[in-house]
Amino acid sequence: MSFPWANEYKPSHPFMQWMDDRLPLPRLVYNSVGAGYPVPRNLNYWWNFGFMALVCLIIQIVTGIILAMHFAANDTVAFDSVEHIMRDVNWGWLMRYVHANGAAAFFVVVYVHIFRGFYYGSYKAPREMVWLLGVVLFLLMMATAFMGYVLPWGQMSFWAAKVITGLFSAIPMVGEPLQQWLLGGFAPGNATLNRFFSLHYLLPFVIVGVVVLHIWALHIPGSSNPTGVPVKSESDTVPFFPYFIAKDGWTVGAFLFFLAAVTFYAPNMLGHPDNYIPANPMSTPAHIVPDWYFWPFYAILRAFTTDFFFIPAKLMGVLAMFGSILIWFLLPWLDKSPVRSASYRPLYRKFFYVLLVAMAVLFYCGGAPAEEPYVVISQIAAAYYFAHFLIILPIVSAIERPDPLPYSITEAVLGEDESAALSPAE
Amino acid sequence: MAEEAVTDAPELAAGDGVRRRDFINIAAVSVAGVGGLSTLVPLISQMSPSADVLAQSSTEVDISAIETGQAIKAVFRSQPVFIRNLTPAEITEANEVAVASLRDPQTLAERTLKSKENWLITMAVCTHLGCVPLGAGEGESRGEFGGYFCPCHGSHYDTAARIRKGPAPLNLEVPDYEFVSDTVVKIG
Amino acid sequence: MIRILSILVGLFFTVALAWSLLTGLLNFELPHTVEHEFHEHPKELHLASDGAFGKFDRQQLQRGFQVYKEVCAACHSLRHVAFRDLAALGYNEAEVKAIAVGYQVDGIDPNTGEATTRVGMPTDYFPLAFPNDVAARAANNNAIPPDLSLMTKARHNGAAYVYSLLSGYQDPPAALPEDNRPGEGLYYNPYFANLNLAMAPPLNEGIVSFGDGTKSTVEQMSKDVAAFLVWTAEPKLEKRKQTGLPVLGFLLFATILGFLSYKSIWADKKKKKG
Repeated sequence: MSFPWANEYKPSHPFMQWMDDRLPLPRLVYNSVGAGYPVPRNLNYWWNFGFMALVCLIIQIVTGIILAMHFAANDTVAFDSVEHIMRDVNWGWLMRYVHANGAAAFFVVVYVHIFRGFYYGSYKAPREMVWLLGVVLFLLMMATAFMGYVLPWGQMSFWAAKVITGLFSAIPMVGEPLQQWLLGGFAPGNATLNRFFSLHYLLPFVIVGVVVLHIWALHIPGSSNPTGVPVKSESDTVPFFPYFIAKDGWTVGAFLFFLAAVTFYAPNMLGHPDNYIPANPMSTPAHIVPDWYFWPFYAILRAFTTDFFFIPAKLMGVLAMFGSILIWFLLPWLDKSPVRSASYRPLYRKFFYVLLVAMAVLFYCGGAPAEEPYVVISQIAAAYYFAHFLIILPIVSAIERPDPLPYSITEAVLGEDESAALSPAE
Repeated sequence: MAEEAVTDAPELAAGDGVRRRDFINIAAVSVAGVGGLSTLVPLISQMSPSADVLAQSSTEVDISAIETGQAIKAVFRSQPVFIRNLTPAEITEANEVAVASLRDPQTLAERTLKSKENWLITMAVCTHLGCVPLGAGEGESRGEFGGYFCPCHGSHYDTAARIRKGPAPLNLEVPDYEFVSDTVVKIG
Repeated sequence: MIRILSILVGLFFTVALAWSLLTGLLNFELPHTVEHEFHEHPKELHLASDGAFGKFDRQQLQRGFQVYKEVCAACHSLRHVAFRDLAALGYNEAEVKAIAVGYQVDGIDPNTGEATTRVGMPTDYFPLAFPNDVAARAANNNAIPPDLSLMTKARHNGAAYVYSLLSGYQDPPAALPEDNRPGEGLYYNPYFANLNLAMAPPLNEGIVSFGDGTKSTVEQMSKDVAAFLVWTAEPKLEKRKQTGLPVLGFLLFATILGFLSYKSIWADKKKKKG
């Protein structure tokens, strides 16, 4: 599965030899995140976010298991049990703030990771499976984060549960019964809270499983790189250990610094004050919004304000919101340009930056109240979003003239590659 | 980053360079280890009793209704406590035992407060494995020595709640307590 | 094939959005409400607990607690706070006990099992001002006085909000439309979201007399209550800030060390091969 020059695992101790013959776990580690995994030497810092996402997942699972020891998933006491964690449990405030802000940090990291993929064409052959699993991971993350947000049973929790399950009621015929089935009632209640808690505890472990597949699939072709040129020779790669462990290591330190700064000095900055008010089914807060990491998709949902022929606006919005992520699954087949990296695709690069701007606009509008001018602005941005992936990308990849690529990674890094002279010109 | 190729860097004296490099790597890994270990502190101590649980650590009991020869169970730190008003006969019986022969040698006087020797206050938690012994309620078995009897594994306690027979290693524990008034005792 | 399909789907969504956009533009109207015009953002408030090195001013918290106890507590509960927590305000064990004894809490008669009340103990929580929402509504002109434990975290810029609201009652401006003038039992306050508040101005000068000789102006009492409610909302605030500094210092140090280690490991790969 790897390059022929990959280092071979050699057990140094008789015990490790014994182990290797029976359960080659050390060999697996060595070949996946050790010296046995050759990585393109030219990876830039945008490639560090995958490892950071793994760190985030671990932080969330550890703090989450701890919070579950003190949290009570019952609608009469859930809110109070969170306050119990904040006030009386030893270091409980730290656990909760790390978990809440860690979720936000996880999304920051994963958004960068995804947009790294967009820019450098990481979804293209032979890495389609890595990409598809990545989109699955993102969907699982969103589901997990949403259900976690419901657990403190504050006003925002309650109304998030109501509004998000309300999306399913847009489906013709089965919508209403489906929503009641999801909630276990006519409105969010104890049944909802309990099932969300159960699933919020389960899904992270499903995520761990898919992460294993994601990394496995990555190790078949090996990592992509900023030039998009495939690895040609040993001088193009360095072993993951120690080179990328060292690089990932210090950036994780920097990442933790920012996470700690927010956790200790602005722990409620990313939260919503209304979630410190206990859930009240009788009154909706004046301005309800999901957590910030859902804002772009929330903006898309709200952008559809008019019925489109026979399709109601509500259904249109729901279709578009789910569709906006599901279209990522098609990306490897929509963009058929043979060149991966946007660094050598002048036309695509321009559209990529427009997409970034559109995404930023959607972010902003998703968090703003549902009133003008935000609605009109988000409609323009959402229209670009769909046009970008579904119309522009297929056309650009057909008509674009890419810039010349370097011969190899080594040439890109060092300015020359001895082996280039030996091989016939392309 | 990848592009910033350093050209013509002066060669370090081999030995010196290697040593300094090793040092910085070892230091980095050690510091990361220290960081990892210190995060264990909150991760572990969160399981200790929380502030609200620790705060429930004293309780006041009205003992005016306990007649001589009777006992009640009160609650202290979520566990039962025996409060027994000993009869003169039980006191005599307890004082006649040769202390040196006991598994956990203690006199009755050591287990009660001065001038309140008839009030025997002990945890109702068997020192073997933590069951609640019988003997406080009306008609319950008081064991072979007339005190308490733990039915789980057959530990017998005498009238001073001292272990006399069975697997329990120690006498029933006497919690800290004081008499707030003649009729109210504060445990803890 | 897939690309032709995708272009069609893309057109479907973009045209639907363009349609929404068009109808939106035809009826385009920027929102304008009286609340937008007359509502004011909270006044600036600086507390000792602000900032990375912030610490509670215990004297101020005690004053704030006194105002809560003598004024606010008539209608507002503090259900997440226990008497034992007051030790953090600088009260000693006996003082905490004395405060607790001053309250009646729910209990049962040990002989009959009937619901009754007993004097508070340090482990008890502040009793609720009203037994339930219906009672709270009935006693307060149909408005429920919210619990104050988390108030400063449950509002944007909460401490400043509490301070501004308490000290911000005023006569309605002349320009205020008739529909937005306070009705029966309502009071104009520009810091409140819909401008008219069911709570009568609770503070007036000298309503409490502070033990430490501080003059009890409305301004002073509002600040003190805001500070007290910052504490009730997050009693661990001080510990959080104190823990943060060494953690950040350590992470900075570890990151720099990690960076140097990274540089030294990559040194030979960054060099041009001879």
